[in-house]
Amino acid sequence: MRPDLLNHAPILIILLFLGGAMVAVLAGLLQRRLAQPWAVGITGSATLLSLFGLARVLQEGALRYQLGGWRAPIGIELIYDPLSAFLVVVICAVSLLVLIHGRRIVPEEIPGREVPFFAVALMLIGGLCGIVLTGDLFNLYVFIEIVSLSSYALLGIGTKRSPLSAFRYLVMGTTAGSFYLLGLALIFMRTGTLNMTDLAEILPFVSGQVPVLVGLAFILVGLSLKAAIFPLHGWLPDAYTDGCSTATALIAPLGTKTALYAILRFVFFVLAPAYGAGAAPIGTIVAYAGAAAIVWGSFMAMSQKELKRMLAYSSVAQVGYIALGIGLGSRYGLIGAVLHILNHACMKACLFLVTGNLRRNVGHSYLPNLDASVRREMPWSMAAFCVAAISMIGLPPTAGFFSKWYLALGTVEAGQWPLLVALLVSTLLNGVYFFRIFEQVYLKPAREGASGREARGEAPLSMLVPTLIFAVLLLILGIGNVYIVTTFLEPIWAGVL
Amino acid sequence: MIDFFAEHYSHVCIVVLIGVGFFGMVGKRNLVKKLIGMSVLQSAIILFWLVAAFKEDATIPIVKDGVSPIVPEEYVNPLPHALMLTAIVVAVVTSGVAIALLVKIYRNYGTLEEDQILEQL
Amino acid sequence: MIESLVPFAAVMAPLAAIPLIAASSRWPNIRELWTLLAAFAAFFLVISLIPSVDADTLVGSGRFFIVEGVPLELKVDQTGLFFGLIASTLWLVTCFYSIGYVREHREKHQTRYFAAFAACIGSTLGIAFSANLVTFLVFYEMLSLATYPLVIHSESPKAIRSGRKYLTYALTAGIALIAAVLWTGNAAGTYEFTAGGILEPGMLSPSAMRLLFLLFIVAVGVKAGLMPLHGWLPAAMVAPTPVSALLHAVAVVKSGVFGVIRVVGFVFGPETMAAYGLDTMLIVVSGTTILLASCIALRQDNLKARLAYSTVGHLSYIVLGIALLSKSGFAGGMLHMVNHATMKITLFFCAGAIMVHLHKDRVSQLDGIGRAMPWTMGAFAIGSLGLAGVPPVNGFLSKWLLCEGSLEAGLNLPMVILLTSGLLNAAYFFPIVYRAFFRAPAEGVAEKGEAPPMLVVPICIVAGFSLLLFFWPDLFLGLARDVASAVFGGGQA
Repeated sequence: MRPDLLNHAPILIILLFLGGAMVAVLAGLLQRRLAQPWAVGITGSATLLSLFGLARVLQEGALRYQLGGWRAPIGIELIYDPLSAFLVVVICAVSLLVLIHGRRIVPEEIPGREVPFFAVALMLIGGLCGIVLTGDLFNLYVFIEIVSLSSYALLGIGTKRSPLSAFRYLVMGTTAGSFYLLGLALIFMRTGTLNMTDLAEILPFVSGQVPVLVGLAFILVGLSLKAAIFPLHGWLPDAYTDGCSTATALIAPLGTKTALYAILRFVFFVLAPAYGAGAAPIGTIVAYAGAAAIVWGSFMAMSQKELKRMLAYSSVAQVGYIALGIGLGSRYGLIGAVLHILNHACMKACLFLVTGNLRRNVGHSYLPNLDASVRREMPWSMAAFCVAAISMIGLPPTAGFFSKWYLALGTVEAGQWPLLVALLVSTLLNGVYFFRIFEQVYLKPAREGASGREARGEAPLSMLVPTLIFAVLLLILGIGNVYIVTTFLEPIWAGVL
Repeated sequence: MIDFFAEHYSHVCIVVLIGVGFFGMVGKRNLVKKLIGMSVLQSAIILFWLVAAFKEDATIPIVKDGVSPIVPEEYVNPLPHALMLTAIVVAVVTSGVAIALLVKIYRNYGTLEEDQILEQL
Repeated sequence: MIESLVPFAAVMAPLAAIPLIAASSRWPNIRELWTLLAAFAAFFLVISLIPSVDADTLVGSGRFFIVEGVPLELKVDQTGLFFGLIASTLWLVTCFYSIGYVREHREKHQTRYFAAFAACIGSTLGIAFSANLVTFLVFYEMLSLATYPLVIHSESPKAIRSGRKYLTYALTAGIALIAAVLWTGNAAGTYEFTAGGILEPGMLSPSAMRLLFLLFIVAVGVKAGLMPLHGWLPAAMVAPTPVSALLHAVAVVKSGVFGVIRVVGFVFGPETMAAYGLDTMLIVVSGTTILLASCIALRQDNLKARLAYSTVGHLSYIVLGIALLSKSGFAGGMLHMVNHATMKITLFFCAGAIMVHLHKDRVSQLDGIGRAMPWTMGAFAIGSLGLAGVPPVNGFLSKWLLCEGSLEAGLNLPMVILLTSGLLNAAYFFPIVYRAFFRAPAEGVAEKGEAPPMLVVPICIVAGFSLLLFFWPDLFLGLARDVASAVFGGGQA
């Protein structure tokens, strides 16, 4: 790839998706079946481009891309350093696999609406990449809203209840966005800049002023609601449960995670120089909110009978882990949080894809009705489910163990024992609700003349292969976690302090 | 007290608008009214930015030929206004998506009153 | 330290066999072949380590950084070699017995059984050869997971319930272990197992040190059957007998006891243990367990349940020996690891043979079966003698050493407990032997004759081990004494 083309990689990736979304609508007008292949094609190209971009960044160092040639801090800046480049690759790769999976199931779950679905999905992915790449706070707002609006639309298609859950999500999400905007107004009034790096430099001079503090609080509250940090998570269970399989599989692994990444960037890069040790009380609050999320989410998940709803509550708990890591504010906290963002994207994507497979083949994902016939018919899907479940519980050698390990190390270092207890107890709780499913699927004998539907066998390849790829990735990410830490995380930690 | 209101009447109005918005979102049972509340909230925030950008006795940020030195206090900062144009667009799109969802809800449930919908669930 | 791939190969041989076993499910003979090949491979690899490992040299397999700053490392020191020998030798014998049992009993899910078996042994060898706490932790968790399919093997409601109970205990132990390992790493600055301990007195406050020890004991005590954490052991008896034999008499429980050895000797060290009264804690717990378990065993009519409680008691012999903090006590505890393993496995094999051949599982049904199954019950008699501490079976030697250790530590009560327990052992085993040989058999028993050779031969082999180790204990005794010297004198091993 021509090197100077790669210098524009950040904006090209985003433009690919946004442009692709518009063309998808046009292509769909011609021929409805073109929408999905087009979406896959765009995402595939973006994945390739992001991989090359990542290679370039690792070789030549971070890239600060000025949009339109206008120099920062007046112009809008995109920050392309190892971590953001890596996360862009992750976003594109995960989306690619989910979209491939969607080929069969989207027309089945939402017939007649594939074209708008895939077009909006492309916009969503573009917005996700934008959140990760941007270095400007207002640009962040714009991309967050792009992601949110696409999410409302995607999650609103599906069952009878979806529009209602999506509407609730919309109201809460827009309130959050408004808070963010309000906070940003206060910050802008006091510091005169919207650029993250610039703000980090200016903030130490104004850090004690009330408008600044209030502004920062509003920004963090707004972002926290988007990220579904307890107790601002109320929109999540319904929205994720009622959306169609592919929509949830796209949004659950990535949507809240990018918001958390935004918080992470904000806390570690913008706030850290100004507040450093003084931010400790806020960090403690965030960390304990995370611990509360972990415990509450796990308990709620245990009492769910429907698989998608259970996974949604489990997502609340997983967000808690990341919040815990951010709240700790230490090196291990950062590593644990970022690793968990990565791991959780793969785990949740795998689990929701399996749910999609289940729904297609068995017709439902209602847990008490599952029995050993599922295992007989869908051995590979259930095997992938096992790997993802073990990773969620946090047992070696899967990826989930290692991110929890770093987080636990961080809590021990900080001497925060209640957080450690919350982390470890959650392992047990997660074990309970996943092993219940194992028992159902692997041990409960199939009822005679069960359910009256014909056995549809294993999911088709286009659905099965992405599921299995995620499962394998979890093992690879687990064993290779040191490589990830040294290559992608170390360079930015150096920049933090 | 009167002086306070006189000097900060715009901010007070904005706070009132935010209050109205929240009341609509939380206190009202009808989904359309919730939407209106949300809209009012968004407008209040946008107004807040604009109020912040206001400058007494300042003119549009175009430098006339031959004027020198350029004194920043005489020109309005265009940035907040530009940003708010974006924010207005976002608000419009949000309303569009919200209304589309409401139409779908109405088709599915036959009503837009929250308690009636909850009964049907 | 010698760098060699042997430790790594020994752990990987059983693990590598798993996919092969899974793939050969339709050809049972080939599948069994893989299992046996892996067993032989592990056995010979471990044996080959004997000449190389002594008080000063270890054999290492290099480090692999699984978590930043902490390597996954396999290192064979004398302690690890000791346990590795037990595990690999007895696995080999059990493989033969398993094959016979599973075919005779026409068990379902045989492939899952053999695959999980291989996973268990791989994990056990990994535990034996762990160089540091993190590696230990990883393999410990793997062992818990790998044994689950074996516990729920029959998929009956009772098996599933037992499986749940087992998992609850095991996972709770797992998280206690994670907390303990993290805390230790933070306090001591290292995770490496070092003879004499890495936690010096003064590194933590007294109550913190006690709490940390408590966490460790909960973690390893679940597997080591310390009361009140022993509840899973009798429940796990619902598994097929070879599983009970190997795993719950050899691999899983001995991993727990091995964990106690590592914790007391290589993490805390005798000095720290004595300084904070941790040894007293452990003596009290293990002493109580011995007596209580022996009493409960008396009241069990189900043969396997009686054996289960006997196991709980004998495991605490080992823990008691370790807790005495004397050289003979430590060596005696380690020696009892191998002695109890051979004796208990003999008894479990016999129980399995009786179950499969005569379909009897209660002590009250065992009248006169000695006439029909002389070899089996003869072996049973040998095992019982040894567990009661009677020569010429190896159990006598370890009991003697343990009593010596008690005196060395200046305590009389442990010796009294051990001797009392010996009497209780006799009380619950000898009646079985008496019944089998000296009472008239029930209907149709005498015609059945002895159990099939595939079962009887392994039984005789392990009984033979028990006798052999009485007359020639040098290998294990030497290793045990070396380890004790290292732990109490500082230095390698």
